[in-house]
Amino acid sequence: MLRIRALAKRYEGPRPRTVLAGIDFDLAAGEYVAVMGESGIGKSTLLNLIAGLDRPDAGSIELEGRDLARLDDDALTVLRRARMGFVFQAFHILPYLSVAENVALPLVLLGAAAGEGRARVDAMLSEVGLNGRAASRPSELSGGELQRVAIARALVHRPALVLADEPTGNLDPDSAAQVLALLRDAVKGNNGAAILVTHSRAAAATADRVYTLTAAGLRAGGARD
Amino acid sequence: MAHVPAPRLRGTLRATAGALAGHKGRVLVTIVAIALGVALGYAVQLVNRVAVNEFGQAVQTLSGTADLAMRGPRGGFDEHLFGEIARLPEVAAASPIVEVEARIPGRDDALRVLGLDVFRAGLIQPGLVPEAAESLDTLRDDTIFLNAAAMDWLGARTGDLVPMQVGTQVIRLRVAGSVPAEGHAQPLAVMDIAGAQWRLARIGRLTRIEVRARPGADVAALERRVAAMLPPGVAVERPAAAIESTLRLSRAYRVNLNVLALVALFTGGLLVFSTQALTVVRRRPYLALLRVLGVTRGGLVGLLLVEASAIGAIGALAGLLGGYGLAQLVLEIVGPDLGSGFFRGLAARATFEAAPAALFFALGVATALFGSLAAASEAARTEPAQALRAGDEERAFGRLAPTAPGIGFIALGALLTAAPPVRGLPIFGYVAIACLLVGTILLIAHIARAAFRRMPVGRNPPARLAVLQLRGAPGQATVSLAAIVASVSLLVSMAIMVASFRQSLDAWLEHVLPADLYVRAGRTGDTAFLPPDVQQAIAALPGVRRVEFLRSERLLLDPERPQIVLLARAIDATTAPLRLPLVRSADLPAGGAPPAWVSEIAADVYGLAVGQEIVLPIAGRRVRFRVAGVWRDYARQQGAVVIERALYAELTGDRDANDAAIYLEPHASPDAVIRALRARIPGAAELETALPSEIRRRSLKIFDRTFAVTYALEAAALAIGLMSLSSSFGALVLARRREFGVLRHLGLTRTQVGAMLATEGAIVSALGLAVGTALGWVISLILIHVVNRQSFHWSMDLHVPWTSLAAFTATMLALASLTALVSGRQAMGAGVLRAVKEDW
Repeated sequence: MLRIRALAKRYEGPRPRTVLAGIDFDLAAGEYVAVMGESGIGKSTLLNLIAGLDRPDAGSIELEGRDLARLDDDALTVLRRARMGFVFQAFHILPYLSVAENVALPLVLLGAAAGEGRARVDAMLSEVGLNGRAASRPSELSGGELQRVAIARALVHRPALVLADEPTGNLDPDSAAQVLALLRDAVKGNNGAAILVTHSRAAAATADRVYTLTAAGLRAGGARD
Repeated sequence: MAHVPAPRLRGTLRATAGALAGHKGRVLVTIVAIALGVALGYAVQLVNRVAVNEFGQAVQTLSGTADLAMRGPRGGFDEHLFGEIARLPEVAAASPIVEVEARIPGRDDALRVLGLDVFRAGLIQPGLVPEAAESLDTLRDDTIFLNAAAMDWLGARTGDLVPMQVGTQVIRLRVAGSVPAEGHAQPLAVMDIAGAQWRLARIGRLTRIEVRARPGADVAALERRVAAMLPPGVAVERPAAAIESTLRLSRAYRVNLNVLALVALFTGGLLVFSTQALTVVRRRPYLALLRVLGVTRGGLVGLLLVEASAIGAIGALAGLLGGYGLAQLVLEIVGPDLGSGFFRGLAARATFEAAPAALFFALGVATALFGSLAAASEAARTEPAQALRAGDEERAFGRLAPTAPGIGFIALGALLTAAPPVRGLPIFGYVAIACLLVGTILLIAHIARAAFRRMPVGRNPPARLAVLQLRGAPGQATVSLAAIVASVSLLVSMAIMVASFRQSLDAWLEHVLPADLYVRAGRTGDTAFLPPDVQQAIAALPGVRRVEFLRSERLLLDPERPQIVLLARAIDATTAPLRLPLVRSADLPAGGAPPAWVSEIAADVYGLAVGQEIVLPIAGRRVRFRVAGVWRDYARQQGAVVIERALYAELTGDRDANDAAIYLEPHASPDAVIRALRARIPGAAELETALPSEIRRRSLKIFDRTFAVTYALEAAALAIGLMSLSSSFGALVLARRREFGVLRHLGLTRTQVGAMLATEGAIVSALGLAVGTALGWVISLILIHVVNRQSFHWSMDLHVPWTSLAAFTATMLALASLTALVSGRQAMGAGVLRAVKEDW
């Protein structure tokens, strides 16, 4: 489903530095993996490259057989819109939309019919345990609830790949455990794949496999080793 | 402020300055807006002061050391009065004057000629005594002395001959020397009084007598004694009163210009409000942190006000410099009368004036302070714990829009439209406009919320997101709406008022110019006239069916006011509606006082109503008339009254005329009649002929020139509105970078983000335009029916320039969408993708 070969990324500037070099990685449908690594090693850069939000200096990324390098910005955006979902550390729930409207956002962008979209949003909210909060404003929700909304939004359009960047970084241990379980169940229930970037060994432990990103590259092994 | 120790204050000030630096563009726009308002206001003030000072100095030169001055109708009064006055025991010296505005052939402006008794003038007005190489020249009837401005204007030197039109003839006077007349910047000529009376057709007449009382004499008692001796239509006054009465004529115009400049400043104040509201709301967590660290509520308000006053001070200083430059430019290009025609011929340079500079500096700073007061007090009132929470901004915006005061201001504004003028100025009219503006701006958030709630949410993702964003967070948009509504409403109101005025003027010209051809002895000056033989010759020209002659004179009804214009023409109760654009009239009973028709200005200024008696001082007699009608007159700002010409001739013996309205035979050509006129009538070369269409075109051109300053101020208000929109969107885009980042992650393309922003810009602008246009329409009604009526006593018919307004609205909408799009270009860059990593 996802195939990465010889991926490299370098940042120019007053202090140029190479953050990724020689990265090879494969991810099959239904797989849920975690990537760990110290701060600044390039975990978020890796996610941005996979999402098509940034361009690599070398190497290739293929998602469902499509080479991202061959797609222009609009095509990458459409691919992201249809086949990917995102969960952020800071939740990034739009404050001016209700919970239901936030969850429905990917469906709106995909032009889903209103009726179908509403049913899907209700189902997702129920799945993440937020039925009854559809009309609530983000400011009325706790951090754990906000991250559940984010998970519902990431999965409502049944993406092939979910990218989660430190999804529990802003949560207390109990809430974090609940959110991680929910994320895993939701991804698996959707038969999707997911990459979880985290510093937390406990979070990484919920994945099928764990990778560690170092200056030498991405290697299998981490929390579960 | 007192609770914040000095070192901490300095530190926090540095920190807030740093925070403001993050809004450089927005702060700069605010400074520019304040500077623009201050510059316009200061420039208008400087130019006005130049005009008033120059005019005052000119009057001072003419009056010299006189304690009293007697003045009467333009045509003068009997010279025997001089002997009676001069013989009074309290009078130390008296100087008789014949003042004539002499028409110079080929010139648009007349030359002011003073006929003086040089020996007597030397005692009171030494500045007017000519400097002649040959002393006897001062007593000759064919010599004239010019001041420097007149020499320059006429391009004449000593020894040259200056032509002047008297009646339809041209006389030539020799320039025999100069006259110092220091302080009189306008062209001025002096000649011997007997020569002036004879050569300029004023035999036996005087127009003024200047008197100096004996040392120790009671001037007030002398004034009373002289007043009792004067014939009707002649008044005695202190020289300073003459300045006041003339300045009163232009005061309304000057005040209106000042108000327009203040409007620009007010719009700048709204921009400060929106800047401070946005930056303060954006800095809420930081400000709350300051409170947590020990800064008191008062300290916080103080910090924010210091910020605002710094912005105001920089803007005001820049404005003063700009205003000084602008004043110089206006004086050079338009002249000190700002296109109004009140002080024609004055040429001067602006000088730096400390008092108005201090006033406008203070106004600039005060505007900035008032603009930021609401945001500062809101920030101080909020509990720090609340402000530290994410998503609290909307609540803060909500608190910036109180409902009750908004309704209160609008109600007060509506009530004030019925209030009378204050000393001839529409003070309450202006206050009513300000109340309506402030009230609407206070309610704009509620109006916006209601409008956004009713707006349909389409299926197109960018448009749908734009509407949802505006519904969910209307506060940010409404803050930028304030300046848009203010500038649009002021522009629309001015556009409607000017269009109504222009349309009414056009219709008025149509009504007052019914003839096929007009002949005038001279457009300017009072030495040109059509004597009876010329009138007969005109009437006898081939192709002429009928001629109506008009005689104009100026009468002094009230010494505190300028002379009113008396128009004597062939008119009666039957023909009056055809000849005059009557706004009110009545059939008078036969056999009473003869009818008179007064202009709206005269009716307002002298409190005259239809049916009421009016006494006119004609030929030294008090003649009773009854007001048969009130007519609209846009030509004579000092007021006018029309009477029957036959009666005028009977009362005065004056059978001359100034203008002739010629009705042609059905197939006669105006050109042929003009050719015949030039060929058959002696002196006809100096007569001015015009077709009604030419007069109309010329009048409308003058109208447009007069309103040029208004257009400039309108453009400034619009520029401020657009700048406000641009800077608001810039600030909003900066604040919403993470939102755009999330949307880009979720699959919104760059183009869609741009479309979303453009849609938001278009919706906000459309609302601003709709509210601004509606408010502008209401304000235009106040301008037309209250401000104009009370300032200039002109009525006009409402005319909405739909086409221009539609074009303006479409342009503004396009510009606003473009502005939003340009402001949001950074929302489409790669930076927003990284912004999602930042905390909210």
